[in-house]
Amino acid sequence: MEKTEVMKIISDETLTYAQQVLALARLAESYDDTLKRNPLWIKALKEGKVCDLNEGLAPYRPRYILPDYSILLEKGCSFLEIEKPKNLTELCFDLLIFYRHVPSITSYPVYLGNFTELFMPFEDEADNPSTKEVLRLFLKSIDKTLCDSFVHANVGPNRSKLTDIILDLTKEMQLAVPNITLLYDEDVTPRDLAIHAVDVMLATSKPSFANHKKYSSEHSNCPYAIASCYNALNVGGGGYTLPRLRLYKISTEAKDADDFMNNVLPRYVDLILENIDQRIKFIVEESSFFKSSFLVKEGFVEREKFTGMVGVVGVAECVNNLLGIENKAFGFGHNEKAEKLAYEILSKIEKIVNEHKGLYCSKCDDKYQMHAQVGIDTDGLDDAPGCRVPVGFEPPLFEHLTLESTLHGFFPCGVGDIFKFDQTWSKSKDAVLDVINGAFRKGLRYFTAYSEDNDVVRVTGYLVKKSEIDKLTNGEQSINNCTVFGKGAKEKGRALDRKVYGKNSD
Amino acid sequence: MEKIPINRLIDFSPVDGTGNRFAIFVQKCPFRCLYCHNPETINECSACGVCVEACPKGALKKESGAIIYDESKCVGCDTCLRVCPNLSSPKTRYMSVEEIESRITRVRPFIRGITVSGGECALYPSFLEELFIRVKRMGLTCLIDSNGAKPFKDLEYLVDLCDGVMLDVKAYDDDFHRKLTSKSNAVVIENLDYLLSKNKLEEVRTVILPKYDDQNRNTVDNVSRIIGNKSRYKLIRYRYYGVREEGLKEFGKVIVDESYAQALAELARKNGCVDVVIS
Repeated sequence: MEKTEVMKIISDETLTYAQQVLALARLAESYDDTLKRNPLWIKALKEGKVCDLNEGLAPYRPRYILPDYSILLEKGCSFLEIEKPKNLTELCFDLLIFYRHVPSITSYPVYLGNFTELFMPFEDEADNPSTKEVLRLFLKSIDKTLCDSFVHANVGPNRSKLTDIILDLTKEMQLAVPNITLLYDEDVTPRDLAIHAVDVMLATSKPSFANHKKYSSEHSNCPYAIASCYNALNVGGGGYTLPRLRLYKISTEAKDADDFMNNVLPRYVDLILENIDQRIKFIVEESSFFKSSFLVKEGFVEREKFTGMVGVVGVAECVNNLLGIENKAFGFGHNEKAEKLAYEILSKIEKIVNEHKGLYCSKCDDKYQMHAQVGIDTDGLDDAPGCRVPVGFEPPLFEHLTLESTLHGFFPCGVGDIFKFDQTWSKSKDAVLDVINGAFRKGLRYFTAYSEDNDVVRVTGYLVKKSEIDKLTNGEQSINNCTVFGKGAKEKGRALDRKVYGKNSD
Repeated sequence: MEKIPINRLIDFSPVDGTGNRFAIFVQKCPFRCLYCHNPETINECSACGVCVEACPKGALKKESGAIIYDESKCVGCDTCLRVCPNLSSPKTRYMSVEEIESRITRVRPFIRGITVSGGECALYPSFLEELFIRVKRMGLTCLIDSNGAKPFKDLEYLVDLCDGVMLDVKAYDDDFHRKLTSKSNAVVIENLDYLLSKNKLEEVRTVILPKYDDQNRNTVDNVSRIIGNKSRYKLIRYRYYGVREEGLKEFGKVIVDESYAQALAELARKNGCVDVVIS
């Protein structure tokens, strides 16, 4: 007799207890059908033309929540009986307590705050010999209790001694969690800090670099942060929900490129916007989060600072299909026509999204935003993440960065790519920083890199350890919830086979 | 408008000087180094046509005494380079300053400068002057990568114009230098002193060889005394990749140990060389 869904979870020896609890909760969430859905949306889901990222049918919290931790620093938290922290050790403990109470789609906090800013009041403790040990325990505690690679911290754009200590520890400890992003602006961030970050990034695949000049100019009213993979969202807000358009599958319905642009695509964009409306309405009006959570009541988050996210994947395969290009080596990434069409398609989606009046997102101009989603393991090779060039067909570095820089503009709530380098680059941190500076000047939003022989590697947007993937392959448990995604992306999406850029960068 | 033979242009190079640089490899070199890892840059193409027959993709043809290369058919297998009896390449193109400038303009936001290498770029001083004047206008730096075969004191304008020279000193002992390169090192050593006096020595490089401990020590010892803390000294471990048969016969199919190079770096540091790197 086939096992029930519940039995499959509770008898799976590769799942830790915490992973089983979460899997059971997800199962329960997907049994309810109170949430309204358009039958056409359900049909499109079944056909693989859209995807709900298994967000469930009864969302009881926004997908991504970015608490404003400055309130914790200023006032503490009455619900958690935390007083305003008086020193670095207290702050670290307060944060560790707080993190356990920040929900998200993964049930782990996807944003831990900006460590440079949060720790700044205690900068004078940097020279204290015990400080490094306090921070070491803090980071270790995060890795071993918030066991999910979408847990994300920010540093920068300014330098502090404590930031340097955190980067040193990041390199020493080689942990998958937390993901870290440096908010980087070449005119603001001191060069020493940037070079330090490049060194750590090449050794342990983090921190990534976010184009602070670009993002901060788009967030003049409300500061942003990078959460989860590379999602740029309001601090004190976040993202309600992230369904996805699977552009390749959608393109198979079109007679030709014109039919796609004028008939097929707009239908699916309308459908996804309607679905986002329905989910947001449910989260805000039906579930209790915005009515009773201490995060809302004490001002750590504010409803109107959230927005709906329109996920996009498979740009490359979509345009190749519409242009009848079968060999990816001559398609998107190597073909001006394909790239022009990609630009037109993204412009079209952007136009429809921007014309739609979003719900409960007045501090985002009542708009939902496009997001170049990083892909999930079940996408296989059908849909490359966001607007990326498919794995194995990456053009020379200059062409690659130029293409992406052109398309990143369409994705204000997050897009990014990973560049894999060999030893010749990891020995020349100045050269890597020059590349980042150039790409950011051209409009690239987010850059991340790693050396080919790291253990901690970036899969599509999150970090896993290759050694942990091996554990799962051998039927053992892995403490990190995301190792299983990494394994799937490695096996089905060749995610770890990104081209290695060497000394000739071609 | 002068055109010079170009072996290769590289948009992004992390290994030709500090930072990310556009690298230009010119064709032709007066030395015949046994361990040269890009021997196809040594001579100009004599249009003998051996490569035309060997190319598996039909990317080469001979027309009115010249080899015509069709880049769109090339798969980069390098068969043409392997069969060339003349230490050359059929892919070499004659290019003008304007053509190279437009390639640099494309990648400009990503680079901090250009490096002209080879072959031996000092064979084309007037071309380099024109190129550097234009590149400097873009706010980029210009480095020369040279084996020191040509006396820089005769190229003072170029030296003043450039931001620095990365100079190979392959051997301090003249006889050994002749054995390695087929030429004397008198001009090389003269260049070392001259560039130091002009404060234009960006880097000195010595290839650390297997089986020649005395020569390695002699070169590193003397060069490091001369440059002291005024220049970076890069010790390049011999690697067999790309080395032609006669070089392999002399030095073997080996890679020099990092620990051995470290010991030589230590010697250089003892002599007052602050910035010693191993590659």
